[in-house]
Amino acid sequence: MVRILVACLMLVLATPLAFAIEGELGFDDPAMNERYRSLLREIRCPKCLNTSIADSDALIAADLRREVHQKMAEGYTDKEIVDYLVSRYGEFVVYRPPFQPSTWALWGAPPVLLLIGVIVFARILRDRARQPLDEDPIS
Amino acid sequence: MWRYAMPIVLFAVLGVFLYRGLYLNPGSLESPLVGRPAPEFSLPSLEDPLREVGSDDFAGQVALLNVWATWCVGCRQEHPYLLELARTSGIPIYGLNWKDDRAAALEWLARLGDPYVASAFDSEGDVAIDWGVYGAPETFLIGRDGTVLHKHIGPLMPEIWRRDFLPKIAKECGSLPCPLVDGEE
Repeated sequence: MVRILVACLMLVLATPLAFAIEGELGFDDPAMNERYRSLLREIRCPKCLNTSIADSDALIAADLRREVHQKMAEGYTDKEIVDYLVSRYGEFVVYRPPFQPSTWALWGAPPVLLLIGVIVFARILRDRARQPLDEDPIS
Repeated sequence: MWRYAMPIVLFAVLGVFLYRGLYLNPGSLESPLVGRPAPEFSLPSLEDPLREVGSDDFAGQVALLNVWATWCVGCRQEHPYLLELARTSGIPIYGLNWKDDRAAALEWLARLGDPYVASAFDSEGDVAIDWGVYGAPETFLIGRDGTVLHKHIGPLMPEIWRRDFLPKIAKECGSLPCPLVDGEE
């Protein structure tokens, strides 16, 4: 019984891998291939909101993979390829948009919120430390 | 006081953002091409593979470029209105037949009518990528000087034409003799 369950679990876990871009384009040179794969993971599929073009089955994702492959084969750098796609599809297609006025809030919010959290936490700690220890907390 | 107001203020701010989020469409993206020169292209014509159709064809005129395919449901939906626009608006409509089957596309035009001055056949989708196309139907409005004036994603419908296209066409044409601007009968 346990074995069957484990087998099922493994099947389920293996499924996403099977849908990846295996059997599609790639490069013979392992370093180039690694670059290609990591570039695909950096580019967001414009049609499907929250998947990279590496993971998407959408028609446009396959076309964009082909475009990236072709541009890499022609010797374009990663930055040139990303810039090209941004000039056509907008900042939406990059998971890490550049730091500019329209993205200040996006990049700035996490550290600011963290800072607020730290200040609030510090104040709570300080207030607690000030309380006399012998006071009965239940009363 | 501050201690009690703070959660309420935070809740209100969050509420405003989430409420706004309900009415935003994350699928509609502003095209970075708007206001920039339209990408140049030249492709075999759908009707005649030996003839070229490209951006040169609509150079110097206000034109529409409509991305369509026979596998695209929205294209079927907007088709009658494109036919009407071709008849009444005076703006030439060029087609970019995207990743389609040539025979199926020709059969579609023969059966449903052909609103296009010419259709370019982009079987690989390379030109579509250059135009930032990610889902048919998409319609570009191109100005006299070859600038992309507007991009609409999804079926082109009368209210969208009136709201988004007509004002831009009127502005582009100004006092110059432009094709009939009124899209209605």
